[in-house]
Amino acid sequence: MRTPIAYFLLLSAILFAMGSASVLLRRNALRIFMGVELQLNAVNLSLVAFSRMHQELDGQILAFFSMVVAAAEVVVGLAIIVALVRRTSTTDVDQAGVLRG
Amino acid sequence: MIDLIGLIVAIPLVVAGVNMLAGSRLASGPSSRRSRWNGWFATGAMTLAFVIAAGALLELLSLPAEERTRIVTVAEWIRAGAASVSLDLRVDPLSITMAMVVTGVGSLIHLYAIGYMEHDERPWRFFGYTNLFCAFMLVLVLANDFLLLYLGWEGVGLCSYLLIGYWSDRPDAARAAKKAFITTRIGDVLLMLGLFVMWVHFGSFEFDTVLGHEGVLPEVAAGTATAIALLLLGGAVGKSAQLPLHVWLPDAMAGPTPVSALIHAATMVTAGVYLVVRSHALFEVSEVALTVVAVVGLAGALYGGLASIGQYDMKRSLAYSTMSQLGFMFLAAGLGFYPVAISLLVAHACYKALLFLTSGNVMHGLHDEIDVRRLGGLRRDMPWTAALFAAGALSLSGLPPFSGFFTKDAILDLASHDGRTWAYVLGTIGALISAWYIARLFFTAFLGTQRYEGHAHEATPLMRAPLVALAIGGLFIGLWLAFTPEGRLATFLEPTLGPLEEGTAGPSTPVLIAISVVATLIGIAVAWSLYRPRNAERWISFPEREPGMAGVLGHAFYVDGMYAWVVGNVGLRGARALAWFDGAVIDGAVNGVGRLALGAARLAPIWQSGKVRRYALSFLAGGAALLLYAAVRV
Repeated sequence: MRTPIAYFLLLSAILFAMGSASVLLRRNALRIFMGVELQLNAVNLSLVAFSRMHQELDGQILAFFSMVVAAAEVVVGLAIIVALVRRTSTTDVDQAGVLRG
Repeated sequence: MIDLIGLIVAIPLVVAGVNMLAGSRLASGPSSRRSRWNGWFATGAMTLAFVIAAGALLELLSLPAEERTRIVTVAEWIRAGAASVSLDLRVDPLSITMAMVVTGVGSLIHLYAIGYMEHDERPWRFFGYTNLFCAFMLVLVLANDFLLLYLGWEGVGLCSYLLIGYWSDRPDAARAAKKAFITTRIGDVLLMLGLFVMWVHFGSFEFDTVLGHEGVLPEVAAGTATAIALLLLGGAVGKSAQLPLHVWLPDAMAGPTPVSALIHAATMVTAGVYLVVRSHALFEVSEVALTVVAVVGLAGALYGGLASIGQYDMKRSLAYSTMSQLGFMFLAAGLGFYPVAISLLVAHACYKALLFLTSGNVMHGLHDEIDVRRLGGLRRDMPWTAALFAAGALSLSGLPPFSGFFTKDAILDLASHDGRTWAYVLGTIGALISAWYIARLFFTAFLGTQRYEGHAHEATPLMRAPLVALAIGGLFIGLWLAFTPEGRLATFLEPTLGPLEEGTAGPSTPVLIAISVVATLIGIAVAWSLYRPRNAERWISFPEREPGMAGVLGHAFYVDGMYAWVVGNVGLRGARALAWFDGAVIDGAVNGVGRLALGAARLAPIWQSGKVRRYALSFLAGGAALLLYAAVRV
């Protein structure tokens, strides 16, 4: 018997919530970044789960794209964090508020 | 000569331009020699204009009476759609009479000014302005439509301003110039409104269209005619210094005396009379307007005469006298005796210019002293001037056979025959007052003991020559113009002004002549009893003994003071209220819009906090909201 889709979606939701909490509550840029990754992977999980439910490959292909883009995004994101640390010698995002209007 | 009429405007205009632009460079040597050069140049231009005008007059006289209206087109002036205004000059008996006055009296005054202005620093400016004035005045009288007339009208107003304030370093002259300009401006605006109404109704400014021709009255409702006529009268009242816009004329005497003679006695101030006489057809369609003209004129005649009695400044006294005489002209026009108004205008131009210029002699000989309390006995030092002033005074007073009698008293005679007893009685009182004030000036300034210090030097022969010519003109032109029983000038003007109708009511003419001579003699006798040499102490101390009476007459019934009070209190408060309204309400609305935008702009950056986590929360909330929306909609 197959595992019902609800379990996958539930896990995905839990992961997404954890990621969101990490993004919203943490101040360390790296931890926020990890939260973002967690959110992305939660979404990937639900994509794959829906793909399996519908017996089609679209969702899995989309998940691959998402992973590739996420990898590229990590490169850019980490570069920004490194630049931030070099400039302010802190990873606290609340300190980086020079764009305040 | 009629075809050359454009030249009588062009010559003074060109010479004015040359004098103003290059007058200082065209002659060398000491200032008096340069002054002569500028002056002769300007006088030559005026004389040439006079010769052309006289030639045109002779040519007009050689034509039969019906053909004595010629229109000379110079150029097309304005074309706007179907409407077009061409630059036409009109030569007819009325305009050529006015042109003769302007160029004739103008030439003599220019000649006089050569001597009068010899010590001036920049005479080219003076002669440039006076020639420019004459050019504009000729445009005014020769115009064939109201628009060109208005151009001349504003031009002479400008020149009047420039010449009253000629000595611009004197504060009183600068003030008087502004006062004259602003006061006449009020009348000019009314005149302009009159022209607007005229354009709306007739679609034309041309005299022949607006005023009708060959005795046919214009086709216009009485109400419209009244509106146009009263607005034109408003302009005339401002220009001719009649009640209630007369206050600028006495102050205008701050200008050089030849200017007072040329502009404020002989020519510009008579433009109002000319305007009324020229547009008499409109006034006749509206009977009301004609009566208003007569009432305004009569009031001005009496008011000016009484105010003249109270002045100690000779020129101010003469200025009020001018107002009074202009009042008589308006009275004549208002009663429908247009040719008589014009003959008084011509005679007055001669003798009043003469009177002003003789007072100019006094100022020239006595370092600008003009207060009769500090003159007296001038006939010994200045016999010529005294004799010339006496000639002017005789002409003005109305004793036969001099000009005043044939012009001013002719008005009263006609009024009585026409059954207008009110005009006759009040006019006769005005004539009595005229004799009184002019005899007063002669007795106080030229007779009695000397009250000034030093010696008054008599005017040079160059300055006397034009005065002699003016004296002869002033004394006898009235006689000459009225030689035939109907009046030579009246016959000449008939094609333009229609026949002069004489009624038969009231006492016969010999009785009226006797009455007017007696009235004049009473006026002179009153003046003699009050101001004869033996009474010098009495009249000089009159203001101390009777401050009320002397104040009322001396300040001309405090009209000036009332205007100052009204403008200074009511007007100023009104202006302040308007300024407050402008600042608080109108500017407030405009600034309020700006403040609103600024406030909105200050609210917007609250979202732009610079806190990444807040952006993330907004992002999440937005996403959640979108999802919720999608869920609810399904």
